[in-house]
Amino acid sequence: MFKIIRLTEFFLRSLSKKMAVTFFLMTVLLLLVLSVPGVPDAAGREETRDAYVHSGISDARILIPFLADDSVSGSICSYIYNGLTKVDKDLNIVGDLAESWEIEDEGLSITFHLRKGVKWHDGEPFTSRDVRFTYEKILAPETRCPYVSSYADISGISTPDEHTIRFTYKVPYAPALLKFGMGIIPEHLFEKTEEIQRSSYARDPVGTGPYIFSAWENAQYIVLRANEEYFEHVPFIKRYVYKIVPDQSVQFLELISGNIDSIDLNPYQFIYRSNTPEFKERIDKYKYLAHSYTYLGYNNESPIFSDKRVRKALSYAINKEEIIKTVLLGLGEKCSGPFLKGTSYYNKSARTYEYDPIKAAVLLREAGWYDIDGDGILEKEGKEFRIKILTNQGNQVREDAATIVQEQWAKLGVKVEIQVIAWSAFLDQFIEKRDFQVVLLGWTIPIDPDIYAVWHTSSSAPGGLNFVSYSNKEVDRLIEEGRRELKIEKREDIYRKIHELIAEDAPYTFLFFPYATPAVQKRFQGIKPELAGIGYNFIDWYVPEDEVKYRF
Amino acid sequence: MLLGISIIMFAVMHLAPGDPASIRYGMNPEVSQSARSEFNRMYDLDKPVPVQYVLWIKRLIKLDFGRSLIDDRPVIEKIAERLPATLLIQVTSIIMIFCIAIPIGVYSAVRRNSLFDRVSTIIVFIGYATPAFWLALLMIFFFGVKLEWLPISGMSPWYTLYMDNAGRITDLVRHMILPVVATAFGSLAALSRYSRSSMIETMGENYILTARAKGLPRQRIVIVHALRNALLPIVTIMGLTLPALISGSFIIETIFSWPGMGRLGYEAIMTYDYPVVMGVGVIATFLTLFGIMISDILYAVVDPRIRLEKNRG
Repeated sequence: MFKIIRLTEFFLRSLSKKMAVTFFLMTVLLLLVLSVPGVPDAAGREETRDAYVHSGISDARILIPFLADDSVSGSICSYIYNGLTKVDKDLNIVGDLAESWEIEDEGLSITFHLRKGVKWHDGEPFTSRDVRFTYEKILAPETRCPYVSSYADISGISTPDEHTIRFTYKVPYAPALLKFGMGIIPEHLFEKTEEIQRSSYARDPVGTGPYIFSAWENAQYIVLRANEEYFEHVPFIKRYVYKIVPDQSVQFLELISGNIDSIDLNPYQFIYRSNTPEFKERIDKYKYLAHSYTYLGYNNESPIFSDKRVRKALSYAINKEEIIKTVLLGLGEKCSGPFLKGTSYYNKSARTYEYDPIKAAVLLREAGWYDIDGDGILEKEGKEFRIKILTNQGNQVREDAATIVQEQWAKLGVKVEIQVIAWSAFLDQFIEKRDFQVVLLGWTIPIDPDIYAVWHTSSSAPGGLNFVSYSNKEVDRLIEEGRRELKIEKREDIYRKIHELIAEDAPYTFLFFPYATPAVQKRFQGIKPELAGIGYNFIDWYVPEDEVKYRF
Repeated sequence: MLLGISIIMFAVMHLAPGDPASIRYGMNPEVSQSARSEFNRMYDLDKPVPVQYVLWIKRLIKLDFGRSLIDDRPVIEKIAERLPATLLIQVTSIIMIFCIAIPIGVYSAVRRNSLFDRVSTIIVFIGYATPAFWLALLMIFFFGVKLEWLPISGMSPWYTLYMDNAGRITDLVRHMILPVVATAFGSLAALSRYSRSSMIETMGENYILTARAKGLPRQRIVIVHALRNALLPIVTIMGLTLPALISGSFIIETIFSWPGMGRLGYEAIMTYDYPVVMGVGVIATFLTLFGIMISDILYAVVDPRIRLEKNRG
């Protein structure tokens, strides 16, 4: 703005006086023309109107944020409740119910200063007591909160006044600020309930968020209405509707006929099914990196794969581009480590294992694998190189990727068999018992980079998620350090280093980050895909007056 | 009978590999391990299967079906919520099957080898051979997406919240058409075929010949003499149609997003929600037995020989 004024000034000075006066008058005239009343504001979004109908395949389960362990309940809760913090479009931590905070005693104490004047949907004022109540409930064993381990290091909670709350920690916990994004529940409604999960407010929730709970018809829909007094601003879309459509092909048909405003497309629908003129006319498609990656995990304890050279060779033998092109129809990006591409934790210089069949063959030779009898299959100590890739049923992308890996490894002289198993049996019989050679699976990438649960040696104990039994002392040390380090820059260094070390050890072959590919009806404006996806600014989405579909 | 079925169901369910806790908490790095064991303990899933069964039966005697492992609501409440939607579709379908299949069958039998008979035979065979889910998707695409005559899925969508009662009922009827047709179609084909052959058989009986010889009008012969007798085997078949319809509802309701008991059962199976699977099983078994009983009663209605005879003796 200042720049423009300065430029104008410079421009005016360089003109003669007479011309300057003329110019001035013309500018005034122009401004007058532009500000004639009746010309609508380009956005035209001050008013709240219309409804947004989103759909998913399953119903919500419970609308209490810290008990919601499925994605649908979690997402509905995020419209109704606020946490102390939240993440912005670039996944930075910013205040939500907290205006500001101080971290003291080297991370052992965090003090939040809460927003003033915030009201619960029932009109009661929101105070620090609600925050304390929420976290006391989370920590109480009888609540059985599935996320309790994220708060286990909290040693004390105090409320110096109505708008200040202080948490003290036994040891510094770096992901803490992000974990304070958990939705806060109202003390005045829950204080008398014995069993919080059976409280009536679990299905008729009251929060502070942009939307107020309105109706829930089991197995059919959930309706939320805009909170006219929301502290940021009233959402521009008047109703948020979650419609349950259990069959994905029916979902797509509902989208085309306009009864649903948004669904997540699969690659086939994104590239082919949505290529019709009627689709393009009415529906917008978006794509951005989903917070997940797909990988091949080697059982690091099995005789074949305990040799790092073999794991590396197999990684070099995979053409990730081909997989992305054929399986995802191009809707994904290559992956080299367990952090989200585009964040500062992702190390671009980590080893990427670009497709190099010669290097792969050399490495296998070094590891002692030769084709002695000339049948096209490698042998070592009289045993043929035969492996089995396991993946779960119901995920076409994974099944297809396994088929391509099978073909690519066959070129190297490795005989591969694919076995597709129903999810629960997969977990029970193979993952839990560590009875597998190679699995093709995916992980979601949490916003905080702490990867203790998946990569630390201690997580390879029974029940842990490090089921490939990866173990690297240096990585363990860095993971522990990363959990305690509060300075962002230092944490970034730590996780970049971890990325590099893991890539070097090749316990997985990191395959790809798929794109999230949502489709939304064109009447919704203001959608801007960012690192955080598209939902982060939902309250800013709007529908132009002349395109409104539902009026209330 | 219920007991035997419930033992088989319980055993099969627990024999399937996998368990509810791993379905729910497996592979989620943000969920702590203790949550899993707490979950198992809370729902007695850590006990041996026979003990679990005995506990279940004990509760069932008190009409307590337990609580869902998914959302912790009482199973009986969940079923009670869904049952009316299923019955609405089933009863309407049965009525439709009766009202359409029998006239078609009778007419084709009377006018054997006529154009109507041939066309209906072809349609009936197509109907019999068509998988219901495929027909459902086809109808959705044609009537819902292309012609936009009928709504695609759901029972009473969210916008009915803002309608008056008349509007809601019209909307409900419109939503019912496709699922009812999809449910009825297969059985309709079978039943019309069955009534045709049964009718042909009766038409060849001696008493029909007698009636004809008496010079009775053709219509009277068909409706009074032949149809009554031909109905007997049809009613028996009807009783057996009911279980087929109920099992079909698992798929039809899922495709049409119909909030019925079949879909509840399907989802429960997929999520290893043992108490709900058992609850739905018991209710479905009960409904089937009830349907068979109804058909027995109807049997007595159409056949005076089976009625309890009060006057005699």
